[in-house]
Amino acid sequence: MNILSLLTAVLHSAVVSATPILFAALGEIYAERSGVMNLGLEGLMLVGAATGFLVTYRTHDLVLGVLMAMAVAAFLGLVFSLIVITLKANQVVTGLVMTIFGTGLSSFIGRTVVAQSAPVVFNAIPIPFLVKIPLLGPILFNQDLLVYLLYVLVPVSWLIIYRTRIGLELRSVGENPAAADALGLNVFAFRYLSVCLGSALAGLAGAYLSLAYAPTWLENMTNGRGWIAIVLVIFATWNPLKAALGALLFGCFDVLGFRLQAMGLHISPYFLGMLPYLITIIVLVMISVTSLRAKNPMPKALTIPYDREER
Amino acid sequence: MVNVMRDSDKQGWRHFIRIEKRLDVPPVAYVLVLLLSLLLVILLCGLVLARMGYHPLEVYKTMLGGAVGTPYNFSETIAEAIPLILCSLGVSVAFRMGIWNIGAEGQFFFGAFTASLAALYLPSGLPRVVMLTVVIVAGFLGGALWGVLAGVLKTLANANEILTTLMLNYVAIGWVDYLVYGPWRDRAENMPYSRLFPSSAMLPVYPGTSIHAALLLGLLAAVVLWVVFKRTTWGYEIKLIGENPQVARTAGINIARNILLVMLVGGGLAGLAGMGEVAGIAGRLSPNISAGYGYTAIIIAWLGRLDPLAIVLVSIFFGGLNNGGYALQMVGLPSSIVTMLQGAILLFVLGGDTLMRYRIRFLGWRRDNR
Amino acid sequence: MDEQFLEMRNISKSFFGIAANDRVNLLVNSGEIHALLGENGAGKTTLMNVLAGLYKPDEGSILIGGKRITLTSPRDAIRNGIGMVHQNFRLVDSLTVTENVVLGLKSVRGLLNLARLHEEIGRFADRFGLKVDPKAEVWQLSVGERQRVEILKMLYRQVNLLIMDEPTAVLTPQEVQPLFDSLRSMAGEGRTVIIITHKLNEVMEIADRVTVLRGGKSIATVLKNKTSKQELARMMVGREIHEVKNRRGTGSSQGVLEVTGISALNDMGLAALSNLSFCVYSGEILGIAGVAGNGQKELVEVVSGLRSTRAGSMFINSRNMTNCKPREIIDAGVAVVPEDRVGMGLALNMSLVENLIVKTYHDPSNNRGGFFNWKQLRQKAEGVVREFDIKTVGIFSPVKLMSGGNQQKLLFARETLKDPRLLVAAYPCRGLDLGATGAVQQIMLDQKERGAGVLLISEDLDELLGLSDRIAVIYEGRIMGVVDPGTVSIEKIGLMMCGERNA
Repeated sequence: MNILSLLTAVLHSAVVSATPILFAALGEIYAERSGVMNLGLEGLMLVGAATGFLVTYRTHDLVLGVLMAMAVAAFLGLVFSLIVITLKANQVVTGLVMTIFGTGLSSFIGRTVVAQSAPVVFNAIPIPFLVKIPLLGPILFNQDLLVYLLYVLVPVSWLIIYRTRIGLELRSVGENPAAADALGLNVFAFRYLSVCLGSALAGLAGAYLSLAYAPTWLENMTNGRGWIAIVLVIFATWNPLKAALGALLFGCFDVLGFRLQAMGLHISPYFLGMLPYLITIIVLVMISVTSLRAKNPMPKALTIPYDREER
Repeated sequence: MVNVMRDSDKQGWRHFIRIEKRLDVPPVAYVLVLLLSLLLVILLCGLVLARMGYHPLEVYKTMLGGAVGTPYNFSETIAEAIPLILCSLGVSVAFRMGIWNIGAEGQFFFGAFTASLAALYLPSGLPRVVMLTVVIVAGFLGGALWGVLAGVLKTLANANEILTTLMLNYVAIGWVDYLVYGPWRDRAENMPYSRLFPSSAMLPVYPGTSIHAALLLGLLAAVVLWVVFKRTTWGYEIKLIGENPQVARTAGINIARNILLVMLVGGGLAGLAGMGEVAGIAGRLSPNISAGYGYTAIIIAWLGRLDPLAIVLVSIFFGGLNNGGYALQMVGLPSSIVTMLQGAILLFVLGGDTLMRYRIRFLGWRRDNR
Repeated sequence: MDEQFLEMRNISKSFFGIAANDRVNLLVNSGEIHALLGENGAGKTTLMNVLAGLYKPDEGSILIGGKRITLTSPRDAIRNGIGMVHQNFRLVDSLTVTENVVLGLKSVRGLLNLARLHEEIGRFADRFGLKVDPKAEVWQLSVGERQRVEILKMLYRQVNLLIMDEPTAVLTPQEVQPLFDSLRSMAGEGRTVIIITHKLNEVMEIADRVTVLRGGKSIATVLKNKTSKQELARMMVGREIHEVKNRRGTGSSQGVLEVTGISALNDMGLAALSNLSFCVYSGEILGIAGVAGNGQKELVEVVSGLRSTRAGSMFINSRNMTNCKPREIIDAGVAVVPEDRVGMGLALNMSLVENLIVKTYHDPSNNRGGFFNWKQLRQKAEGVVREFDIKTVGIFSPVKLMSGGNQQKLLFARETLKDPRLLVAAYPCRGLDLGATGAVQQIMLDQKERGAGVLLISEDLDELLGLSDRIAVIYEGRIMGVVDPGTVSIEKIGLMMCGERNA
């Protein structure tokens, strides 16, 4: 195996590994830009994974599976929104409980299809002309449909957030909801929609795991990816393009472990299993240390519930 | 009070429903909300279960029986509550200060690891008292170390403790996995757990039950913490930092030092829970020693309003829930129902928390004269 | 210009059972500048918040051009041509001026053409003489410039009625005239302006008509030309003002606080204090005058030990306490009543007793070996409540239930418990009603009589002139000069506040 084909193989797998994290992170970027921190991401991803797999298993319909995954996750996102936006409960605790609840719910949903093999999966669809580009071609253009969706979603998200009126309004809601409210923007609507959209994307991320990445359903199969997505959002300073880069980086680390083993290095897989989390901690520390000095790019109203008549 | 008038313009009537914000919330209201939430959850879950083809009353009866049906079951409930009590108390100390310690699970595992280290590598001839003391202390120190690690990252680099403690959870579990699948694997049985601890390293157990001595540690911790929070200067400092860190700073309180202290104490308590599981129940280190105690602890701490004595009660209740879940499993029903129940209860309480702050006053009808 | 434009009829609004507006009536003509005059707490801001759609009145109606309108949100108000520029600006710091101005407008579609918008906003601003750079991000702007952005926002939305809440409170004296010019040109175009203020000088200069509010009720509406400052003051206050007169004696020559050449940075890393020097003697009140934002906040933090200095020294009672820790400074006899009563002074959810011991909980007199004696503390708290006449629901109830005035009294009680040598009070009477203000000022005078040194930082020149033995003027982090309140002229202080050194 020469270096080039190894590199290609690694990066190809890295893209696959990065996809669920990036979907979840994109969703969270929308939510956090509106001022709401959704720590239920991990639970939502699991619910999406279980739902998507169950539906596809029974109906043999991939699209339906994905859509149902997104719908169920969005519904949970709605419940979350109700509690933290309208009822103004503490976002951190509610998010954590959502994760616990979502984990239990996913186990419940997937209990009949544990470790089954999927009847249909997302297969790689090579794009005819582009896949011939040296190096980048086989890595980027020999992927499945959902990855291609991401190729569109990321730049479009960037455009929406930074270059459209809606994006401007979204940013203002997350930075200074009182200002946005005074100008007639509906803070609640923005937050509800962003959180539900973010939840739907998290559901999609989970469905990708069970219908493309694994593909199967196992309890707790996200294994912390939801949390890594949350760190990724901070790392990317709430910018979709940077999030894509960061996700790819994480994907590389994720795949590296298996590759090293395949190359004959005798490292315990459990040891390597700790690697992504350790890397995440290091990344987090790095971000935190640097933001101690520079201007903080965090949306100023993040995690603070908005109360119009608060005196 | 926020007076919001609702106009019913269509009919030309104006009915006065004033939704007023309460100025203070009596604890009685909180208990009512708690009970109401419980009731709602039971009803709602019952409906869902019925839709799925299960018989809700059967499900609940099985759970109840499993929890407190027989004296043995009740003792199992208490035993199940032990790690919950310790982890929840640990988590509550940090929460009081506004530090989100989500790492009880990892601190639990790491404490289990260090306790196992002591149990397996101390000379087995040592008298039991010495062995046990070392094992207990080791468990505390292990959890404390794991907790302080996140505390250091917060004080030095301002790293968000939610994320660091979470990541450390996965690292600790990974570490234990590595050990039991690797160097500590029981060679004789070739299974992913360590060899058995010597009996001198095992905690004394109430005969006929699984209730082990760590219960005493838990209850002692609850009492100590209650005193600390109500009557000591340190408890006051923690409360002040949690309520208003700015004011605490002007009072000259060293916030960084207190962050490390609460993570140390909190982590240590969770570590004791881990120690209890390996030296009180399992008798060896394995990856299966926790049923998500560290995460359930967060729910319990919140439901108990961070009050040590309430936490003990809620822990016993959740121990019963867990036990009920096992009973469900034995008759082929999914135990994930229990996790969902626990989550749902807290979701309702969180929502009810806010509703509790408002009071509806119905002032009557009045025709709108224009 | 005499055409009636706005009528607010019998407006009532209550909070926590206390009426902020009690059947208030307001009549405003189009094309006029109408001043809404009253003290702190008279109900001016509440009334205008109702008009701007932020609050729903409990009773009453609003009529524009004779037609009754219902306002359920700020958007409604803007749709009816009513816009408000608040004291605390509602701007999104990280966005540019242009983005802030066009935010929320439906006329901007799809992808933003930022270049074109910048140009358009620039031209619009020039039309009204509001100088500001459309491409600048708001966090970079000065206070006066930010106010211009707020005004632009309203004008761009074609409001006919512009409400300005205490517009000059945050401006330097030089920025006031350009503002007044802009307002006059707006009125000339036929738009209506309502100014909320408690400054009589402004009213006499800029207003056409004045409505006076007092205690939540409307008192009278008069033509500026037909009234005088004295008459307005009388209507505003309603009774004889008991001026708390300071018996001006010389303080002793013993320096309680000696600050020499202090330099310190603010949170953004910019210079806040530059070579600052002054001295507070025991038995005197030294007033610090200056527009907010010239280093007062950082000065208080340095004296409290919460901010480190890069140069200079600070002596307390002749002991070098430069850059000492807060606890050491507390123990040295320094008491601080901070500007932000609830953010930095009190823990709102904690009880009166718990708040009382914030600075003294570690004292051996309050605890034995780390354990509190709550009975003893309760007695102490009850004593304090009696002595300072603090109205509270209960000493174990959360202090957020107390009124601002009582909270401030509690703060002063806490800080003076241990007979401090130095009392630092930052904007102590801000937001307090007349009764509480008098009580607080009396506390400061009592401390001075006791022999303490009092450092009083305030934006209210009348208060400084009435209370201080000497006044130091701070500007851009340095002392411009120290003057005698008995002989100095307001113009001179005003000039010093803008950077003119004491000749």
